[in-house]
Amino acid sequence: MLYLAAVPLGMLAWGSLKTGSLLDTGGLTLNNFKLAYGDPRSYSLLVNSLIYAGGTCLFSLVIGTSLAFLVERTNTPFRSLFTALALIPLIIPGILYTISWILLLSPRIGFLNRILVNLFNLQSPPFNIFSMGGMIWVEGLHLSPLVFVLMVVSFRSMDPALEEAALTSGASYASIFRRITLRLAAPALASSMLIMFIRGLESFEVPALIGMRGDIRVFTSRIWLALREFPPNYGMAAAFSVGLLLISLAGILLYTRLISRNRQFATVTGKGFRPHIIDLGNWRFLTGTILIIYFLFLVGLPFLILIWTSLNPIYSFPSIDKLTLLSLDNYRFVLNMHRTRTAFSNSLISSVGSAAVVMLLTAIIAWVTVKSRSKGKAAVDAITFLPITIPGIVLGVSLIWVYLVLPIPIYGTIWILLLSYITRYMPYGIRINSASMVQIHNELEEAASISGSSRLQTFWRITIPLLKPGLIGGFIYIVIVSFRELSSSILLYSSKSIVVSILIFDMWDGGQFGEVAALSVMMILFLVILVSAATRAGTLFGIRVENKS
Amino acid sequence: MINVDSLVKIFRGSHGDQVHALDGVSFSVPEGQFFTLLGPSGCGKTTLLRLIAGLENPQAGEIYIGRTLVCSADKKLSIPANERNIGMVFQSYAIWPHMSVFENVAFPLKVSKQRYGRNEIRRRVDNALTTVRLDGFQDRPAPLLSGGQQQRLALARALVREPKILLLDEPLSNLDAKLREQLRIELRQLQRQLGITTIYVTHDQAEALAMSNTVAVMSQGKIVQQGAPREIYEQPLTQFTADFIGSTNFLPGKVITGFRSNGDRSVQTEQGIISCQVPDEIEDGEQVLISIRPQHILTSREVNPAAVNHFTGILREDAYLGEYLDCQVEVGTTLIRVFMPPHLNIQRGEMLSIHLPGSFCTVIPHNNHQEYSHPASKIGSLT
Repeated sequence: MLYLAAVPLGMLAWGSLKTGSLLDTGGLTLNNFKLAYGDPRSYSLLVNSLIYAGGTCLFSLVIGTSLAFLVERTNTPFRSLFTALALIPLIIPGILYTISWILLLSPRIGFLNRILVNLFNLQSPPFNIFSMGGMIWVEGLHLSPLVFVLMVVSFRSMDPALEEAALTSGASYASIFRRITLRLAAPALASSMLIMFIRGLESFEVPALIGMRGDIRVFTSRIWLALREFPPNYGMAAAFSVGLLLISLAGILLYTRLISRNRQFATVTGKGFRPHIIDLGNWRFLTGTILIIYFLFLVGLPFLILIWTSLNPIYSFPSIDKLTLLSLDNYRFVLNMHRTRTAFSNSLISSVGSAAVVMLLTAIIAWVTVKSRSKGKAAVDAITFLPITIPGIVLGVSLIWVYLVLPIPIYGTIWILLLSYITRYMPYGIRINSASMVQIHNELEEAASISGSSRLQTFWRITIPLLKPGLIGGFIYIVIVSFRELSSSILLYSSKSIVVSILIFDMWDGGQFGEVAALSVMMILFLVILVSAATRAGTLFGIRVENKS
Repeated sequence: MINVDSLVKIFRGSHGDQVHALDGVSFSVPEGQFFTLLGPSGCGKTTLLRLIAGLENPQAGEIYIGRTLVCSADKKLSIPANERNIGMVFQSYAIWPHMSVFENVAFPLKVSKQRYGRNEIRRRVDNALTTVRLDGFQDRPAPLLSGGQQQRLALARALVREPKILLLDEPLSNLDAKLREQLRIELRQLQRQLGITTIYVTHDQAEALAMSNTVAVMSQGKIVQQGAPREIYEQPLTQFTADFIGSTNFLPGKVITGFRSNGDRSVQTEQGIISCQVPDEIEDGEQVLISIRPQHILTSREVNPAAVNHFTGILREDAYLGEYLDCQVEVGTTLIRVFMPPHLNIQRGEMLSIHLPGSFCTVIPHNNHQEYSHPASKIGSLT
């Protein structure tokens, strides 16, 4: 654990202080920091990063929370369907989402812009995605389902009696919402806010593809630029990484403090309640329409534009008369490409491999931290949590430093990708496994011990089987997120270890829109198949845990 | 069979404070006996059971099971739980939800160092399940059992290795009242039939009284009184025991100097003089509490203030409970709780005479009073 999390950060700090290039034996200075932060443009870098992360966070929070309320607490039509559909965008990789919105809202080729220009006879396209607003729109929309999921849980687990008590005291629905519901949801809101802020801060796809075109630089894209220079400026990248790391570390610390304070007043219990449903009357048709429109923007339009683009040999705007021109040429091209096969097999191996390693390793760690009373437990907890503070691109920079300096020959191989995914997603594994470990009543293991079973026997025969639902869920999740990982892979890949997300990024850079779209559709289909297969496997081999105790 | 000597267990709280869960507890349980640890939650009874099981280790003291020293703080010795060969039923039953009924019971045999053949396992499991009347449920997934069935399954699992001792941690507390009474009888019958030495932990005084050979009443990490159920109920040594077990009235008073008749001494209370047995270790002039159970107080309409232990009161409250009337009688400034026969037709506000028979009055020193009253008796005992 220490090796996975702490060593890269140590190397990063050391790298940021080194003079000269990578392998020079220069002394340590603050030169890199002077260069990086002495530049007046770095100030705008900070401001941009904060505006972008803050805007993304607010936008996703407002949308996600209102939808969660509509779905969970009102009689809006389609709400149960919506709950299932809202999870789809979580599967769609950020890079694909970004690309599809460029195809929709770019001033030059954007489909929506073109429609509006034609419809209202406008002089110029109304939207420019290559702006701060555009960046916030795409990232915020992409993160909103996450807020939705978090807030649904919060709204669902509220004791309805708390609101009913207000109702019987004569309060109106509006004032109940303001004075009771929102107050009860406040802890969940605050923690979602911090999570979204950090996600915005460390997001790479939108800043790289949209922000750079509009010349809006944030930390993540600046780090990438430093490494794209010739020769790559590793020291500068490390210095910027340290800055980004510190901001996100501050956010995470705030988050953990918030969480631990919230535990003290447990307004939201684990019990399953039947929440109070508000009858919206005829307004429910309006709210139903809002749900549909949101879903259209969230999934419908981006996915349709990808399919359309993928079926066009030469990029063109969607229209009826071009239907005859559609062909599968792009798919043929992509499938025949040698790199495609390499990328898919690399992605599959590295994502499945890292998911398996993470889940098994963290099961053992969670067992130690949750069940044992050893003293080092708090330290282990902290170290395993550490990687969550490391933005993907920062991890990439750190790993470059580690494996270019240390004599371990994995740089440029798939192993370094595997290692970076394991490091990045370790905290999620810990979270999931600790959560299910906590739910396993101590007495279940003690009963095994009383029955004469040794510790190891107990772990394999009682603990692991009971963890299974969480293990499978966590496995699926980590497969998805590592499959679509871009921000650290982009710094660590070589032509041999290329993965799908990189291939897409690369080809997009080369202007191959149709082929990129075809590849994207294939990637989405691949992920959907993967997820449903894993879910099926989960229900087949999983167990029903109905512990009545 | 089980010998526990001066056990001390200290838990460190999250703020560095120390909780003395056990504060020098000693007792011994003869072979084949049903021994109950009774006390309110937090008194240390479950901790004590877990120490005997080997799930926790004490800071001081020793435990013998049979002639084997299983745990000693001084000698830094502790035989792990999986080598103590005991059966235990947990409060939550700890039925493994990923296994069938059969697999749950077979588990102790499968992990045993002693190898059992497939047929031997089947025979023993079937046997254990028959003992607890769960035969025929072998292939049922364990989570699909009802509460009472889960309790029996846990018992079968505890008994399948035929251990020398059985530890039961509030095994009936998760069941509804009727089922609890039924299983209480079954459990006791089974224990007698197997002759297995049993330690039972409960906070339910009725269970403790009904099932045990010996009851040890615990409070704040100590055993405050130990004895046969009848002794515990009729001769409580402390206010805590009297209050925790059953309902009672406490009348504060002072032993009058030098006044004796037929071995009884007199206690001056607010209501008047009460004549009853006072333990020899209580000196004349000492502050005492007289404890008398509501069902032992006699009432009559004829007011006769002159007779010994008779007082005049006014009926303030009466609740019809079917089996008896639960009444509050005001005597002086104190409300005394009295259970009267249900057919008695008496009106609130009526004057009546109550008689506190000396043989049912227990005199308890009033100095080291440990405050405890359970909700039901709170109304009655205005001490």
